[in-house]
Amino acid sequence: MTNLAHDISKPRRTFWTMERRDAAAGYIFIAPQLMGIVLFVLIPLGLVFWYSLHEWNVLANTFNFRGLGNYEQLLRDPALPQVLAASAIFSAGLVVFNMSLALLLAVLLDQKLRGIVVFRTLFFSPVVVSLVAWTIVWGFLLQNNGGINGLLQMVGIEGPNWLRHPTTAMISVIVVQVFKNVGLNMILFLAALQGVPKELYEAARVDGAPRFKQFRRITLPMISPTILLTSIITIVGSLQVFAQIAVLTQGGPGMSTTVLVYYLYQQAFQFHFFGYGATLSILLFLIVAVLTFAQWQMRRRLVFYEN
Amino acid sequence: MHSKTFLKSAVASAAIAASLAWSGVAWAQDAVNLRMTIWSGNEAHLAMFNEIAEGFKETHPNVNVTFEPLPFENYTTTLTTQIAGGNPPDLAWILETTAADFVNSGALAPLTEAFEATEGYDMADVSEQATALWTRDGQLYAYPFSTSPFAIFANNDLITAAGARTPADLIEAGEWTWENAFATAAAVAQAGEADGLVVRDFNYQVWQNVASIWNGWGASPWSEDGKTCSFSEPEMVEAMTAIHDAVFKAGAMPGPGENVDFFAGDAAMTITQISRASLLPKEDPFDWDLVPLPTGPAGEYAVVGQAGVGAFANAPNVDVAVEFLAYMTNPENSAKLAQFFPPARSSLLNAETLATTNPLLSAEQLEAVVIAGISNGKVLPGHTNFAQIQQTVRAELDALWQPDADVAAVLANVCNRIAPLLAQ
Repeated sequence: MTNLAHDISKPRRTFWTMERRDAAAGYIFIAPQLMGIVLFVLIPLGLVFWYSLHEWNVLANTFNFRGLGNYEQLLRDPALPQVLAASAIFSAGLVVFNMSLALLLAVLLDQKLRGIVVFRTLFFSPVVVSLVAWTIVWGFLLQNNGGINGLLQMVGIEGPNWLRHPTTAMISVIVVQVFKNVGLNMILFLAALQGVPKELYEAARVDGAPRFKQFRRITLPMISPTILLTSIITIVGSLQVFAQIAVLTQGGPGMSTTVLVYYLYQQAFQFHFFGYGATLSILLFLIVAVLTFAQWQMRRRLVFYEN
Repeated sequence: MHSKTFLKSAVASAAIAASLAWSGVAWAQDAVNLRMTIWSGNEAHLAMFNEIAEGFKETHPNVNVTFEPLPFENYTTTLTTQIAGGNPPDLAWILETTAADFVNSGALAPLTEAFEATEGYDMADVSEQATALWTRDGQLYAYPFSTSPFAIFANNDLITAAGARTPADLIEAGEWTWENAFATAAAVAQAGEADGLVVRDFNYQVWQNVASIWNGWGASPWSEDGKTCSFSEPEMVEAMTAIHDAVFKAGAMPGPGENVDFFAGDAAMTITQISRASLLPKEDPFDWDLVPLPTGPAGEYAVVGQAGVGAFANAPNVDVAVEFLAYMTNPENSAKLAQFFPPARSSLLNAETLATTNPLLSAEQLEAVVIAGISNGKVLPGHTNFAQIQQTVRAELDALWQPDADVAAVLANVCNRIAPLLAQ
């Protein structure tokens, strides 16, 4: 009691004020996550930039400062336009096909039918399959004497050598990737569709709006935040495609499916040009950053927020 | 726990941990752990290597050698990633195709003096032809522990069923040429039960394996000094035309994008190294034969694949690693290695030694394929910066593996693309 009285009568300025304690607790709570980001994202990012200014010969154990030499090489690299074109085609094809298929599936599965959950599970299941296992199985199917051409032959069609022609190889890697991940976007769309208030449709029906107009004027605007989210995820994901290319085509035929990440892997890990590989990853980082920023900016014009 | 108590106990435990760690360092000071990366996961191979490592322990009780199998498909990539990550092995197997990269880069420790100083090593017994690829300025940088010739395995059951002539018949008649080999392969393919000839591990990507065919035309990818591209030379154009015809006109070889396994009984013949004999089916076997490569327009020839083993110059225990390498490749241990890997020592290169270690092969097969192959064989093509050259050529050659390809034009493109890389 005397102690307390003493404390009240003579307030001491302690270091651990209430705010500081709260702040410290907050920092301790986020510390594990923050440490992870610093250790595995920020420091490597800084190192990659540092490497990109060097010529690093792993075998000879040399690490020489090269200034902007790697960036100059990037601008002069005769293979780069082809690589960027392959990346652009892959990403565009993937985003368009993935988003439209996901939306179509979501609309079809947004029904109150017996056993609809089975279908939803079925379409979602590839998402949880190991990517490499999925791709290897598709590799067998897409072989010239593989399952797909076998099926086509049964109905009298001579199938192409899927992974051996530039066009069909690109289509193949896109389709394999879309079938793998379409379930994720589908579930996100499905959730968005189920969040659209039913009264809006009732009102539209009273006004005599046909089904397509309802979809165009009500559904699309109402789910546009989800469309933005899925398109960002899908585009960023499409720029990072690697395993499918490594397993199915190794960047071939020619350079037709050598996308940026695969090219980066070749330069750094196969050809041992780690400095130039780091420069390519800086380029990839910038592309992803710019695209995401642009999409974020567009949200004001394209996305409808209820509140 | 009170914060002060907590602090005290934390400091105390850290101090205990540090002192324990320190004593651990002191205790382990003279123990040497060597790590060798290899691309074989075969248990018999590992048992033999461990036996050799145990033998080394008798004179070096503080040295532990571990063998780390890495997947063959991306062996060099994994190895260089380990080096880049600051965790290089002490010793490593090296593929013939990347020999130039490793030997010229200065990554490997020189071996010649250490080997010569080792009692009973007998360096003169190691064939110079075998060591050529691994030597720079008269100094050996990796020991070629395996020199394995390419040969043809044939499935005589399939060939006779198709009414074609077996390689053995053709050899006896003195007509074992590429023309007749392709004809036999085509006959089996046409019979419809199986495919013709498979160049194993080629898959229309690992094109250097096709050297086992084009060397018969006297063709080579680049000049001896490695500076000039020779893909567009007439010999190569002729050889590639013959291969293209065999694939797309005669159907003698399964086409691109087709996965065919000879050892599963799905093809008439396959070109591969003799070590693959272990893949021959034990249950439900077929009548097989092992024959040398056919003669081409340039006459008789042989092609060998090589594997070397070197010690990394920057590893902390490089001297011990080199010592172990000298022990591992001395005459006594070379005889053990010869169980699985055709040796570089002339004294071991006889049908007698090889027969005890390759029970599947007859004395004639060993004489005709292994000994003749190692003595006259040309090593698969390799080059400094091989990985980049390999990929560049692979990308250009994709245009060749189409039914209507213009062989000469494609090969000219290959040279255009790799000329700057070769000149570097």
